[in-house]
Amino acid sequence: MTTAILDRLGARGRSVPAKYVPVLVTAGLFVAMFVVGGIRYEGFATGQVILNVFIDNAFLLVVAVGMTFVILTGGIDLSVGSVVALSTMISASLMAGPGWPPYLVVPLVLLIGSALGLVMGYIVHAFDIQPFIVTLAGMFLARGLCYTIGTDSIPIEDPTFTAFAQTRIDLFADLWISPSVVIAAVVVLVAAYVLHYTRLGRTVYATGGSEQSALLMGLRVGRTKVAVYTISGFCSALGGVLLSFYMLSGYGLHAVGMELDAIAAVVIGGTLLTGGSGFLLGTVLGVLVLGLIQTVLSFEGTLSSWWTKIFIGLLLFVFILLQRLFSARRRT
Amino acid sequence: MDVPAPVLRMSGIGKQFPGVRALDGVDLRLLPGEVHALMGENGAGKSTLIKVLTGVHPADSGTIELAGRTVSFAGPLEAQQAGISTVYQEVNLCANLSVAENIFIGREPRRRGRIDWKRMRARAAELLERLELDVDVSAPLSSYSLALQQMVAIARAIDVEARVLILDEPTSSLDAGEVRQLFHVMRRLKEEGIAILFVSHFLDQIYEISDRMTILRNGRLVGEYLTRELSQVTLVSKMIGQELAELERLHGEARTFDRPLVEARELGRTGAVEPFSLTIHEGEVVGLAGLLGSGRTEIARLLFGADHASSGEVAVGGVPAALRTPRAAMAHRIAFCSENRKRDGLIPDLTVRENIVLALQATRGWTRPVPRDQQDELVGRYVKALKISPPNPEHLVRNLSGGNQQKVVLARWLILEPRLLILDEPTRGIDVGAKAEIQRLVAELSDGGMAVLFISAELEEVLRLSHRVGVLRDRRLVADLPNDDTLTTDRLMETIASGGRA
Repeated sequence: MTTAILDRLGARGRSVPAKYVPVLVTAGLFVAMFVVGGIRYEGFATGQVILNVFIDNAFLLVVAVGMTFVILTGGIDLSVGSVVALSTMISASLMAGPGWPPYLVVPLVLLIGSALGLVMGYIVHAFDIQPFIVTLAGMFLARGLCYTIGTDSIPIEDPTFTAFAQTRIDLFADLWISPSVVIAAVVVLVAAYVLHYTRLGRTVYATGGSEQSALLMGLRVGRTKVAVYTISGFCSALGGVLLSFYMLSGYGLHAVGMELDAIAAVVIGGTLLTGGSGFLLGTVLGVLVLGLIQTVLSFEGTLSSWWTKIFIGLLLFVFILLQRLFSARRRT
Repeated sequence: MDVPAPVLRMSGIGKQFPGVRALDGVDLRLLPGEVHALMGENGAGKSTLIKVLTGVHPADSGTIELAGRTVSFAGPLEAQQAGISTVYQEVNLCANLSVAENIFIGREPRRRGRIDWKRMRARAAELLERLELDVDVSAPLSSYSLALQQMVAIARAIDVEARVLILDEPTSSLDAGEVRQLFHVMRRLKEEGIAILFVSHFLDQIYEISDRMTILRNGRLVGEYLTRELSQVTLVSKMIGQELAELERLHGEARTFDRPLVEARELGRTGAVEPFSLTIHEGEVVGLAGLLGSGRTEIARLLFGADHASSGEVAVGGVPAALRTPRAAMAHRIAFCSENRKRDGLIPDLTVRENIVLALQATRGWTRPVPRDQQDELVGRYVKALKISPPNPEHLVRNLSGGNQQKVVLARWLILEPRLLILDEPTRGIDVGAKAEIQRLVAELSDGGMAVLFISAELEEVLRLSHRVGVLRDRRLVADLPNDDTLTTDRLMETIASGGRA
């Protein structure tokens, strides 16, 4: 069923520009999953199911946006999960211990996340070290810092914070979203604008296409590379804040492996791991597909949650193969 | 005759690198509306002079005047802002971006900080129209040929009100039609009064397009000449500093060979090359002629097992052989010098010795390393035989000139004593002297019984060396011609054009 739709999309892809094909494939996959779910399970095909996917994955979406910037330059950021955890930990401990108010804590957390990203970006650029290894170090560092704050889960009881976290924004016809979804949507829109309409965004694509050429064309490649890791650090910290809303606790074991979910979402969204090609809309669809898999499994009821990982694994294989096929066809 | 004031004047330029005097008192002047060729062998100092001019290297001595004012640039960007733009041999653009973006990135038209895509596309279309190119500016650059990409690079270069345009070997990977297109663009720019500095190894192209030339030899100025007043023979002798005996026709006769070595029967690969039959005999040089992308390299890759054949079979020495991988081909003693020596052939960070021994080591397997004294002995012999310079086997390959790098690739395969040597564009982008040496070597090898498949974009070269010429067109082997007295470049050209039907 799914493959039939993929085939059809692939065939139609000849009339659409090649660069949109991966995004369309992901969109097709999402629609197919939704339709199949709607047929199989009662109460699945409602607007709220999709909104719930957004509500449950707002933090992942924000983190994946940052990851998209990094991967578009041809880099990778493995530190995002740990930075998310560190952000929940710092928020929770500052609000629980000294009782700082959220409007001080949140900006501080965002600053720390951006600073971590800035430092990693600077090391990647200045010493010309592979981002994989620099952000791997950052990953251990941030995770370790969580445990210096505390080894147990710290609950968040600040009244303003919890009230905001539990707010329901009612839409029409009984549909609702959380404030996190609004924040994530704003992040997506701003990021899409930056990528498409600013020099920074276009330099990100140029760097991913060919760093050497970008340099010779007189673009500020170094500054751009530092910028994308800073953006990713900022997005991770913001993701951490959203996760605190969702969990209402800070814990060193939050978001273990989230960097891999984020990378998976970006890749399923059609962005090439080698950089230079991909769209933010694809990343949004990638996160939605990952979220919908979980929803389908919860509707199924009998399957254990590990099936999520198995499906994500299979999907990744399929998408990486698809990317290979498309890029191979373009070369001939 | 009246000469207009030069746009650019470099005088007494000197540049010292550790151990080498790269430039010594070189003068160069560029006149508006002229194509000026910069000539010299590899290592004569052409690239260094261009790098000094564009601010990549600071000059140790001498002055640069642009429109009468003394200038010195801290980098290519600054030079570009002053009106000196450079287009390199490799297209330095981002193939993933659109044509319009490649022209304007870094200086996109903006409105309130927001990139104005509409105006950008309109201006790009206008600019390309000025060059008389019909291109969809919103299509990704990767959907166009290398030649068009080069034109886009030129469009990018001249958008910034260029007064001087430097073209550093722009034609080395273009075929004849694409070169004509490039020259058309160059003539237009000339009419607009831009001074063009042109570097190329193809003498015919120099004579076709340039008005004036400056010749360098070993970092020194030989002189400035009007192109029409200098004959090709004098030019070459000035470049290499000695009278060059006319390159004799090395084979140029159709001999009959009776011991087939490699026979391909209806060998083909879907989408790459249509099924072809080709027999290569021992001691025979078979040339492959055809335009860029006509399937020349694809045939070589099939015979070397680098690509899988989708149809047909190969026999080596009369016995059917499965050439499924390069290793299998190497076991039959088939060697392949690839077209792109930088990407497929050489490892720039290893020394000459390590690069040469590589293929030999691969045939032995990693458990039996080649003893060091044997390495030194072998490498020493080939460095001497091929006149690799500098003759130091411990030199890093990346510091060698193009011609010498090509010799290293050759040496690597010659060590294996192959029965069939496939050479894909072995003389591309290297100077006249090294070219003649490589050609002579091919002739010697085939006299010694080695079969050679020789691929080159230069028809004269193919004719000079081959006993037999296979002609390719549109991924099909259209003709297999013995190289007798009736075969000329004109006839080859006709065969390519007519597809062998005439």
